Amino acid sequence: METAVKIKNLTIVLGGNFKALKNINIELPAHKMIGVIGPSGAGKTTLIRSIVGRLHITSGSVMVFNQPAGFPALRKQMSYMTQELSVYPDLTVRENLKYFEVMTEQPRKKLKESVINALEAVDMIDKIDNLVSSLSGGEKQRVSLAIALIGSPKILVLDEPTVGLDPVLRESLWKLFARLANDGHSLIITSHSMDEAERCDDLVLIRDGRIIAHSSPKELRQQTESRTIEQSFLKLVGEKR
Amino acid sequence: MSIRKTLATTARVMSQLRHDPRTLALLFLIPPVLITILKFVFQDEKHTFDHIAPLLLGIFPMIMMFLITSIVTLRERTSGTLDRLMTTPMSKLDFILGYAIAFSLLGFLQAIVTGVVMLGLLQVTVMGGAIPTIIGAVFASFLGTTLGLFISAFARSEFQAVQFMPAFIFPQILTCGLFITRSQMARPLQWFADVMPLTYSTDAMKRVTENPMWTTTLTRDLVVVGTFGILALILGSATIRRRE
Repeated sequence: METAVKIKNLTIVLGGNFKALKNINIELPAHKMIGVIGPSGAGKTTLIRSIVGRLHITSGSVMVFNQPAGFPALRKQMSYMTQELSVYPDLTVRENLKYFEVMTEQPRKKLKESVINALEAVDMIDKIDNLVSSLSGGEKQRVSLAIALIGSPKILVLDEPTVGLDPVLRESLWKLFARLANDGHSLIITSHSMDEAERCDDLVLIRDGRIIAHSSPKELRQQTESRTIEQSFLKLVGEKR
Repeated sequence: MSIRKTLATTARVMSQLRHDPRTLALLFLIPPVLITILKFVFQDEKHTFDHIAPLLLGIFPMIMMFLITSIVTLRERTSGTLDRLMTTPMSKLDFILGYAIAFSLLGFLQAIVTGVVMLGLLQVTVMGGAIPTIIGAVFASFLGTTLGLFISAFARSEFQAVQFMPAFIFPQILTCGLFITRSQMARPLQWFADVMPLTYSTDAMKRVTENPMWTTTLTRDLVVVGTFGILALILGSATIRRRE
């Protein structure tokens, strides 16, 4: 099976003294939906930012499709949705997408088509000419996600893409993620929500800068003899305390 | 670096301003209004006003461009958009040049509006003529833009960024020769003024007011201002980090 991300002995120190990640070793398979879960402050975002190549690695290595994370050639194959709403509120939805289309070097001829495809995927096509600042929180979130879909990247790294959305929308986005994985994309998604974690092919549990479990949701439940991911999470977190 | 991405960034910044007409109105109204007020402050001293107004044409746009660019790039740094951009193939130079071009264009328009009001409506006499006056003002606002881009890297919040204006620009205004001939200031202040960019842009405006001809010293002053601006751009792009 192809590996999307291979992390070896990764330690990341933030701000000079805070060890956000402590000697992490993990291999994440390609073409899957991988959920990264853990309590807040556990190191989920740090892990994700090291994969997209935005952090200085203190020691160890992060390889994405056999290239070092942050390698220039990788930037065209990867998209990153940050936890903040990284969209321009004083531009329209269309202007936002078009700008990121150019920045991700999409072919000029397909700009229009690709903007429409990305917006249709998040069901925002009817708001295409609205200013982002006039949208609701959930709608802004979807615009931010649409930007991550631009150009159909090989790997999508999404930090809390469904936080604060209503159940109907969350359902449709998880279906979209599953479809993307089915089409051969690799997805790495962080989440707070344990019932969402259930939908992932593979789960990575982080606590206190360490990986405390990595398996499929089903295996995780069996190992911990739990009925839900939430229970197994609590058991695992409790065990290591 | 790519021209397509740089210009797309310029266009994006311009669209952002287009959706914010109040900012645009303030940008084009404040400098002419201030100079008009000054006209009536010095209503009986036309000579003094003629002397000071062109100097202010170099200083007001510079201050405004400094403030606007430092806030807008700070916003980019804190909102996550720069974070996201730095994971795309965009280069840091595309980003910083895109901004510099957008705000220089704006500074250019602002200088024209203010210059036209000053020379036409307020009847300020400038020996060097209208075009050199506006060129001087454009250089000054380019300087304000690039300094703002650079300085925003050192601000963690909007509160700090706003205060960099008095902290960084005011000492230059006090010592640039606007209030008194520089040779009359305390020696250490003269040294300070000698290495500060605003000194040279004020000198340039002074020369335009006093000389009917374009002089080599005027060229030299503008080259110094331009060099400071380019230096600030290079330093500014160095403050953007691919990895943090």
